Amino acid sequence: MEFEDFAPKLSMLLYGVIGFVVVVGGLLLLLDVVPNYFARRREAALVAASLSTSDGPAPTLGRRVRKHREGLLGLAFLLPALLLLLIGLVIPAIRTILLSLRNGDSTAFVGLDNYLWIFRENDIVRVLLNTAGWVILVPLLATSVGLLYAVMVDRARFEAVAKSLIFLPMAISFVGAGIIWRFVYAYRGEGDQIGLLNWLWTLVGGEPRQWLNEGPLNTFLLIVVMVWIQAGFAMVILSAAIKAIPSDIVEAARLDGVTPWQMFWRVTLPSIRPALIVVIVTISIGTMKIFDIVRTMTNGNFDTNVVALEMYNQAFRYQQAGQGSALAVFLFILVIPIVIFQIRNLRRQREG
Amino acid sequence: MAVSSRPRQALVLATTLALALSAAACSSDDGGDSGSASSPECAAYDAYTGNDGTTVSIYASIRDAEADLLEESWKQFEECSGITIKYEGSGEFEAQLPVRVDGGNAPDIAFIPQPGLLKRFADAGKLKEASAETKTMAEANYAKEWLDYATVGGKFYGAPMGSNVKSFVWYSPKLFAEKGWKVPQTWDEMMQLSDTIAGAGIKPWCAGIESGDATGWPATDWIEDVMLRDQGAEVYDQWVDHSIPFNDPKVVSAVDRVGKILKDSKYVNGGFGDVKSITTTSFQEAGTPILENKCAMYRMASFYANQWPEGTKVAEDGDTFAFYLPPVDPAKGKPVLGGGEFTVAFADRPEVQKVQTYLASGEAANNRAKLGNWVSANKKLEVSNVENPIDKLAVEILQDQSAVFRFDGSDLMPAAVGAGTFWKGMVEWINGKSTSEVLDQIEGSWPK
Repeated sequence: MEFEDFAPKLSMLLYGVIGFVVVVGGLLLLLDVVPNYFARRREAALVAASLSTSDGPAPTLGRRVRKHREGLLGLAFLLPALLLLLIGLVIPAIRTILLSLRNGDSTAFVGLDNYLWIFRENDIVRVLLNTAGWVILVPLLATSVGLLYAVMVDRARFEAVAKSLIFLPMAISFVGAGIIWRFVYAYRGEGDQIGLLNWLWTLVGGEPRQWLNEGPLNTFLLIVVMVWIQAGFAMVILSAAIKAIPSDIVEAARLDGVTPWQMFWRVTLPSIRPALIVVIVTISIGTMKIFDIVRTMTNGNFDTNVVALEMYNQAFRYQQAGQGSALAVFLFILVIPIVIFQIRNLRRQREG
Repeated sequence: MAVSSRPRQALVLATTLALALSAAACSSDDGGDSGSASSPECAAYDAYTGNDGTTVSIYASIRDAEADLLEESWKQFEECSGITIKYEGSGEFEAQLPVRVDGGNAPDIAFIPQPGLLKRFADAGKLKEASAETKTMAEANYAKEWLDYATVGGKFYGAPMGSNVKSFVWYSPKLFAEKGWKVPQTWDEMMQLSDTIAGAGIKPWCAGIESGDATGWPATDWIEDVMLRDQGAEVYDQWVDHSIPFNDPKVVSAVDRVGKILKDSKYVNGGFGDVKSITTTSFQEAGTPILENKCAMYRMASFYANQWPEGTKVAEDGDTFAFYLPPVDPAKGKPVLGGGEFTVAFADRPEVQKVQTYLASGEAANNRAKLGNWVSANKKLEVSNVENPIDKLAVEILQDQSAVFRFDGSDLMPAAVGAGTFWKGMVEWINGKSTSEVLDQIEGSWPK
């Protein structure tokens, strides 16, 4: 453990940090300087134009030139993003679709075989059903728990503490949460139970069980982990939305003598609808891609497999690029309707 | 949210960058002095000189302490030959190697533990045929059955290096001596012993097949070991290369023979629970109840010697030791199931070939063995250089003339089966599915 042993690594780290600061700092500087420069130029041009207002048709020409130049400028700003999108998203997506029409080592064209395989293989159908279970249950449970919690702690005495408590799991990675919850579900055949669930279960008189081995209960137990993480997210967004409800509406409702039940269904819920949709959509998309929790906790065994994990296994572990890509495309197709819904919703909001 | 997410992204980026850079720093070697090529201790390395100042990169799954020993073992070679070896070990080796090769970023040499993966790269034309020197060296030092695993389409791609013997059963010599139990010499004796042990109120067997994303492999080793004993090496080869179906009655017979141990709650799972607890017990901790006399036997490869808690004496008169998993019919020879890694090259620069030849040599094997915890099928490996009793036993078995060696079958099968449905199938089998149901399913998943 001599310092010299670490010196080269530390110096590399230092280079990394310096390089990072230079690159990020440079980009920020660029983002600040360039628009400023153009703004100043435009100001100067405006001043110049206002000085020569009586010149007849000239300003229209100037405006056209300016507009053209602004278009170019916009393009220049868009270019890096477009390029990155092209390299990072469009090309891989096209390649994945092409690969999904080929065989395991991508040497022959097999048509739609890989897609038929998804629905033919019992194992894969199971995977689809599990994913469907996840996508239905997680947004529903996480949002309801978050909403309930947000309403309950709203303007309560220890609101900040109560909110932090449920928000904390958000800070834990999926893998970390998976490991933690594996201990909760742990089983010991002999001696004291080290798992919380089995400890409680034996306390009420049950025989210790291997929770993660029993389908379909195990899928549900994995879903609980995801809900545990996501409920905090839902709670924070919804709580902010509840606080943004204009107080005159709430007061008017109170004067009309609503019950808390009516208040919730008739006032709170309609008022926070946009936020609710954002939460549900975000969690749905996140759930569709669920991978880490399942891989950490059961590795897809005992009928708990999901699409994203199977896609990774097929493509990278089993060297079946075709089948893996087909699963990826299938997942992509599943996400599209949600994304469209989200975009339309956003647009409607902006217009309304 | 939007405002606070930016510094967080920056932080993530910074850490990733820093990690990537420090990882690069870890793998870079500090060069080492060359130039002492004429000194007497370098006499053995004369054949490897002439490429002073060159660098050869090696990529493998060996990590941490084992990797340090490996790098130490070729230090002298580096000093004498002037060739710098840049070693990189990765826990994601099997998944990352194809990515690197397909991405045009292949290492010069890779240690591939799966002949199936080796064949895939050879078929794709990515591997370079081994040089004549490497081939001569390998033929002199390794048995033909080993070299066959690295020969694809008549071309030889690289010698084996480290090996392990999987046909071992760990036990407690103390407990055996105390109770008057003898190490069984045949399968039937072993089953009788199991009954005796169960009669004494101890679960005779421990097992655990949990191993992260490779969960299930210890059970496939069980099946392979018993396939070799129940059906013989020839049928084993047919099963592995799929000239008999995976659900053939012969396979069913072998799997059921394993089931008589692993799926009988009278025999398993000492210290952990019932049959199903095998699926959630990690193979690393599965053998430890032997030390507490909670179970008597645990079938696991020689490398399990490194898994015992610190201070455990691994020897014939110690706290724990292993015996050879006995054959069903001793007259048919000693079947040995094992594994190992092959040193194959993606480049054919002269320095790469020299490193490859060196790795096949007796010096390489002895240099590494002297540092401890290592076994090889290299014939030049002197048993006296192997310190650890269990490694000694493994080397003796590997060099035994009557041994019928076969490579771990799941490493020979296509990855979709060997690292996929076979593992998963075994987990389901232990968890309660019937033998035929599981084998039918695996047969259906064999890539056409």
